[in-house]
Order: sequence, then C-alpha cells, then structure tokens
Amino acid sequence: MTRRYSALSLFKEGLAGQTGWKQAWRSPEPKASYDAIVIGGGGHGLATAYYLARNHGIARVAVLEKGWIGGGNTGRNTTVVRSNYYYPESVEIYGLAHRLYEGLSKDLNYNVMLSQRGMVNLCHSTAEMEIGARTVNAMQINGIDAELFSPEDVRRVAPIYNFSPDARFPVFGGIWQGRAGTARHDAVAWGYARAASRLGVDIIQNCEISDFIVEGGRCRGVQTTRGTIRAERIGMAVAGHSSVLADKAGFRLPINSYALQACVSEPVKPILDTVVLSPGTGVYVSQSDKGEIVIGGGLDRIPSYAQRGNLPTLETVISGLLEMFPIFGQLKLMRQWAGIVDVVPDSSPIIGESPLPNLFLNCGWGTGGFKAIPAGGTLLANLLATGKHNDISRPFDLDRFASGRLIDEAAGSGIAH
Amino acid sequence: MQLFPCPFCGPRDETEFHYGGDAGNTRPDGGDVPIDRWANYLYLRSNPKGTAREIWVHMNCGEFFVMERDTLTHKILSSAELGGEHA
Repeated sequence: MTRRYSALSLFKEGLAGQTGWKQAWRSPEPKASYDAIVIGGGGHGLATAYYLARNHGIARVAVLEKGWIGGGNTGRNTTVVRSNYYYPESVEIYGLAHRLYEGLSKDLNYNVMLSQRGMVNLCHSTAEMEIGARTVNAMQINGIDAELFSPEDVRRVAPIYNFSPDARFPVFGGIWQGRAGTARHDAVAWGYARAASRLGVDIIQNCEISDFIVEGGRCRGVQTTRGTIRAERIGMAVAGHSSVLADKAGFRLPINSYALQACVSEPVKPILDTVVLSPGTGVYVSQSDKGEIVIGGGLDRIPSYAQRGNLPTLETVISGLLEMFPIFGQLKLMRQWAGIVDVVPDSSPIIGESPLPNLFLNCGWGTGGFKAIPAGGTLLANLLATGKHNDISRPFDLDRFASGRLIDEAAGSGIAH
Repeated sequence: MQLFPCPFCGPRDETEFHYGGDAGNTRPDGGDVPIDRWANYLYLRSNPKGTAREIWVHMNCGEFFVMERDTLTHKILSSAELGGEHA
C-alpha cells in the first residue's frame, strides 16, 4: 500500500507491478453533521478544507461540490501565478498566495508543476512606461520583486514579439516579475484534495446545495441533493455562482457574473518561455509544458452563466494575439472554453462573514482566482476556525462597499476588465 | 454573433450594445439616504442565473431600453422602450 509519493515509492511500485497505488482521495457518503462545511470543490474550497485541518486541527469538514472537483474555474483558467499588484492590501494577500505556491508541491506531497518562468506586462507608450515605473516602485516598496524592463530586456525574454517599426503596439518596455509563472491547475485541485482527504476531510462530489438551514437568524447547515448536512460554520467558495447561493441565503452581492474565455493551440516545440501580457490588446499568452500556446484575453461583454464564450470576444483575442506574435498565424487552435467569473466593481476579492451569520464568503476574485488559491484557502479557513478576520483578510470584508474603502485594483494595476 | 433586438432599430449585432445594469435599480432621492441604501444602489446586483431584466444601450442610436433574457441560454425573451418606472 503506497500512500506517500516519492522516487522510492515509484521504484517499489514498479517492482510490484503498480498494484499498490491507492485512490488519491476518499469518496465517502456525507455524514449528518460536521464541524464545518465548505461549499465548492474548486481550488479555493479544497484549500480551505486542507488548511482547516492542517492549520487549525479541524478535520470534521465536508467539501460539497455540485459537479466534480476542479471542474469549474480551477480547470478553466490559464494557470498564471503572479503577485504584481499595486495596493499594499493586495500585495499582502497575493504575496501570501505566491509564497505558499512556492512551497506547495512539497507541502502537499503532490507536484503542482510550478514553473517560475517570469512574466512581463508590456508598456506600449512613454505614458505607459511612466505608469509602469510607478507600479514597479510601488511593488518594490511593498516588498514584492519587480523590475522595469527596457525594450532590449523585453526583446531578450520574448524575441518573437512583433518589434517591427509599423507594429500597432510597439514595445517601450515592461514590468517584469521574475517569480511569476505557471502551475498545473488540475494538480492544484487534486493535490489539495488528496492532502485534505488524508487529514480526514470528506470530499463529496455530485452534491448540490438546494437551500440553507436558518435557525434563530443563523445558518446551521444546508439542504443538498444528497440530504441534509448540518454544521455551525459554513464557508462558500463558488466563484461565478456566488450570487446564486447568496440569493438562496437571502442577500445580494456586489458581483456580476461574466464568461471569461481561453483557448489553446496544438502543441508545438518550445518557442516562448515566459508569460507575456499586453495591456494594448488585453491578451496574455504562455506556452504549456506540453507545448500548447495558452491564450487568454478580456471578459465577454455580456453578463452570463453559460460556460462557453461568445465569438466576437474570441475574435478580438485572436486578432490581438496575432498583432503581438505574427508568427502564431500558422497555429491551429485545438480547444476553446469559458469559465464564469465573479466580477466586483473594484476587482478585489470579498472575504468575510456574509449578512447571514455563520455563513462566510470567499468570492469576487474575478479573472484572477487561480493565483490566489492558497491565500483564499488560508483566510477562509481562519475565518471558519476563529470567526474573526486576521490583518490580511480584514480589508477585503463586504463592509468596504458601504464604507467606500474600496481596493481599486482595476485602476491600480490596470486589470483588463 | 448573436443578434439583440433594439426596440428602435430592430435586430443588430451584439457588439453594438452595451450592458447598463439591473432594470429597476432606482437612484435614492433626498438628502438623508442611509449609507446602506446608497451601497445597495451603487454596488449590490441581482445577477440571476436564468431570466434577467436588464438595461441595455444600443450604442449606434444611443437609446436605452429594457431587455429580458436568459443568462444561461442567452435566449432573448423581450425588448422594450424604457418605461416611466425605470426613468
């Protein structure tokens, strides 16, 4: 029976005909009650359950997933991990996630294939370079690695970019974060699931929430397609479907749900060993370890719950890609898909207790949830265990929309939505 | 490409339209509006999965109107001039 993954266990299993591998996580029947319930079996939900067990010793936890784990946005993003944000509050939260990602494979005993290949945000004019310098200065002051790139630096890391004199989006320089990169998105979900399950967490798939149990004005559990499950603390991490659950719980959120598209080409030989983002086209692109060119762009312009993209946005993204990298004109697209993202007016997440006491929120990550998974999990776990914010999560409470203390990263770091 | 029905111009490409928020989200009036009411108006959204009543603007003719559509199937249910209750 092999439980721990290592070179030695791989060798031993080879001798034993690969017969000793166990299922990576258990699939138990739901119990009638738990100490805590986490709704949503994506990266954030699974990470929450793992950190509840590991950091707080609370292992009587159920993760309830309406489909299959990692089947939502965790399996639909473009796998970029970075922390190049502007405001100190954002740097705290994304910096925490970034640091945890760096130790995650070892922590989970599961290879999430973090590849810190660096990322460059291009600047297309002298004015953008001035803003770029301001961003780099802010990041350095906040203790996050950042470097202002010259056109020559950009040419060094992305020689296939369109540097021709008549380029529509010429390169004046860029914002470089060397610790940024990509990670295997499925492995993040599976790694957290396996590690949480080993600590005693029940992962329950095909289990959709039909209603919340409210007694004495507090949330005491959930009605699901697999029966009633009670708990004193309930957390939800359901991204684009947060408003749907909020409606069942009797409140509204400052969220609009939109489709965010991505696509990959056929696999080709190594040609791009970094992540490139152009604010001019709104397109970001990297090459996967398998060789596919992974392409992402801006949001669809129509609020939607359909997990597929609209053609006009795909056309915009692809034309932007070809403006940046004319060489990709020969590529064939292999797959295209979309995930439903929870867009908040200030493009910052919402973490904290909901208007229904005992129900806690981890949502509003919009287009940037994947990179934040370890932090979202750590902070929601802390809320579920203690009932209180810590210094990192406090600024992201829902109350900022009444107090007006927004953390406007849409303006601060030029998020393309 | 999806066609949206402008009540003034008829069916037109989706790219000519811009989303304007929930229908019926009226601006609070008067000088003593409680802070939560302002936050509700400015930030909280219905964001339904399924039938939604929304304000849209057709950018070519510049007219605002109410469109009912399904946010899951993208089916258009109705489209009408902006009535007095949403003014």
